[in-house]
Amino acid sequence: MSRLETLFKEKSNRVLNVYCTAGYPALDSTLKVMTSLQKNGAQIIELGMPYSDPLADGEVIQLSSMKALDNGMNIAVLFEQIKDMRKSISIPVVLMGYMNPILQYGFEVFCQKAKEVGVDGLILPDLPLFEFEQFYGKIIKESGLDFIFLVTPETPAERVKKLDSLSSGFLYAVSSSATTGKDKDFNKVAAYLQNLQSMQLKNPILVGFGIKDKATFDAATVYTQGAIIGSAYIQELSKGGDIEESTSQFLSSVLGA
Amino acid sequence: MPLFNVDNNYQNPSAEGYYGEFGGAYIPEMLYGNVETLKTQYLQIMQDPIFQAEFQQLLKDYVGRPTPLFLAERLSKEIGATIYLKREDLCHTGAHKINNTIGQILLAQRLGKKKIIAETGAGQHGVATATVCALKGMECVVYMGEKDIERQAPNVARMKMLGATVVPAKSGSKTLKDATNEAIRAWINEPNETHYIIGSVVGPHPYPDMVARFQSVISEEIRIQLKVKTGKELPTHVVACVGGGSNAAGAFYHFLNEPTVQLVAVEAAGHGVHSGLSAATTQLGTAGILHGSKSIVMQTSDGQVVEPHSISAGLDYPGIGPLHAYLYKSKRGTFLSATDEEALASAFHLSKIEGIIPALETAHAFSVLPKIGLKSTDVVVVCLSGRGDKDLATYMEHL
Repeated sequence: MSRLETLFKEKSNRVLNVYCTAGYPALDSTLKVMTSLQKNGAQIIELGMPYSDPLADGEVIQLSSMKALDNGMNIAVLFEQIKDMRKSISIPVVLMGYMNPILQYGFEVFCQKAKEVGVDGLILPDLPLFEFEQFYGKIIKESGLDFIFLVTPETPAERVKKLDSLSSGFLYAVSSSATTGKDKDFNKVAAYLQNLQSMQLKNPILVGFGIKDKATFDAATVYTQGAIIGSAYIQELSKGGDIEESTSQFLSSVLGA
Repeated sequence: MPLFNVDNNYQNPSAEGYYGEFGGAYIPEMLYGNVETLKTQYLQIMQDPIFQAEFQQLLKDYVGRPTPLFLAERLSKEIGATIYLKREDLCHTGAHKINNTIGQILLAQRLGKKKIIAETGAGQHGVATATVCALKGMECVVYMGEKDIERQAPNVARMKMLGATVVPAKSGSKTLKDATNEAIRAWINEPNETHYIIGSVVGPHPYPDMVARFQSVISEEIRIQLKVKTGKELPTHVVACVGGGSNAAGAFYHFLNEPTVQLVAVEAAGHGVHSGLSAATTQLGTAGILHGSKSIVMQTSDGQVVEPHSISAGLDYPGIGPLHAYLYKSKRGTFLSATDEEALASAFHLSKIEGIIPALETAHAFSVLPKIGLKSTDVVVVCLSGRGDKDLATYMEHL
């Protein structure tokens, strides 16, 4: 059983997935951030691979990506940094990134290497369904990685079902059609999430985009298994405080512990 | 009658927008609905006779088409071949860009959109978009790199005067690439009411094909005009500058499947192709994904898109449309380049020898004329894509 499957078997509500950018705030802070997240209550880590042109990301994550690239982060460096992560990280880790850097690294090698270092799944926002079915999906499945598709409030029901059927691990419900880091009206989001819940999809649903504190985390998890926080955490790290302390304070404020 | 129905590899990408290995729609799910709507409807709308009638009428009465095909006698004599200039610089707003914005605003109206967003580099596409928004009473927001806002001040003023909001793109390199990122992000954030008018033959399918079709009026006219002037529809060469490649796509379109016509695309070499300050994408780039399609992209070995350089903001782009990537790869097109210095020299030379001040982008196309082995029997059409008023500040530095 995969790590994500095991996690959702044991815990089916209020699962907290936190995004962090590899190589941010410092090149070698990647593992430190990850261990802090694990220690302070994150149940999944979404590790972002920085890209020069991150189309789905708002300003906060763009800036962290630029900083990480300036710091010298790239896919090869990242794999080197996390090659022994399973000695200290036991929670699921999914890599998030854009297609271009992965294509240059080599898509197949990338998937094999990710699996080898203990990565559990992939979120690739600019890998669309058509290309996945034509070519890339097979490589991902063969590597044994989970692949997580995004759905939005605009995604037609039939397509949601299709994306769910091709996903494993979880399904990423974007709270509204938007880039990351924008405020959302969670009353509108509730109806959409309730509808997703009623579809009885095969994957657990994690809500992302606009989750930034306890109120939004609570609202997002009423109808779903959990939520993903990205920009708000990066914003916290950007203040430059001690990583462990910032993470501990931020996550306890979200989880209300 | 437009020649939209020609069926073949170069003019019609696959159903998913591929020209050979290039093209496609690598977009986040948040854009799926908008792009899918466009994809399923654009051909139908464009081929609708009522749409065509309105489009053709505006091209004629508002843009001023057909633009002349001008025999440049002094230049011809100097080069030693017959050189015709396709005068897109005489279009309303001063460049070919408006052919596409007229088409897309009519399309946006039919899709029930209320607001238009666009990216711009030199500001020509921004002005052309702001113009058609004013014409049709639609809200217009143009994303423009902070650096380009500084170096293209007159076009920024024009856009504002036309009622558009100009939003500076402050991310990354603060030029066309980043303006495009910001426009795509803005579209993600308000997908239902907004249509994104992309200015070049780039972006996710169906944009490259749609923009090429709107610009194809250029080569449609060239064929007709050349027949009248020379008795033959086909030139030996068509020469055009390429950033993303919209004027070249339009000038090549109806010659793509005429193997006797040599298609010459001229990229911006900046300080020199291998100087580290260049925008010659086919020379320096490798296969990659940028702005939603697979094409040739200037990037590091890690797949990070690099900063191009060109003296002309309109060619300062690290990618190229997928059609052009395919023309390059299949060798159907000849891809050359001209440096900043060569382009400047050509701009001054054309001004003196023919009395036409070209845009800096366009000037690149003229720089290769002495280098392509022209014979006295050759008939060459150069796409004079835009006029040089917007570049006066740069030209004044070199007077």
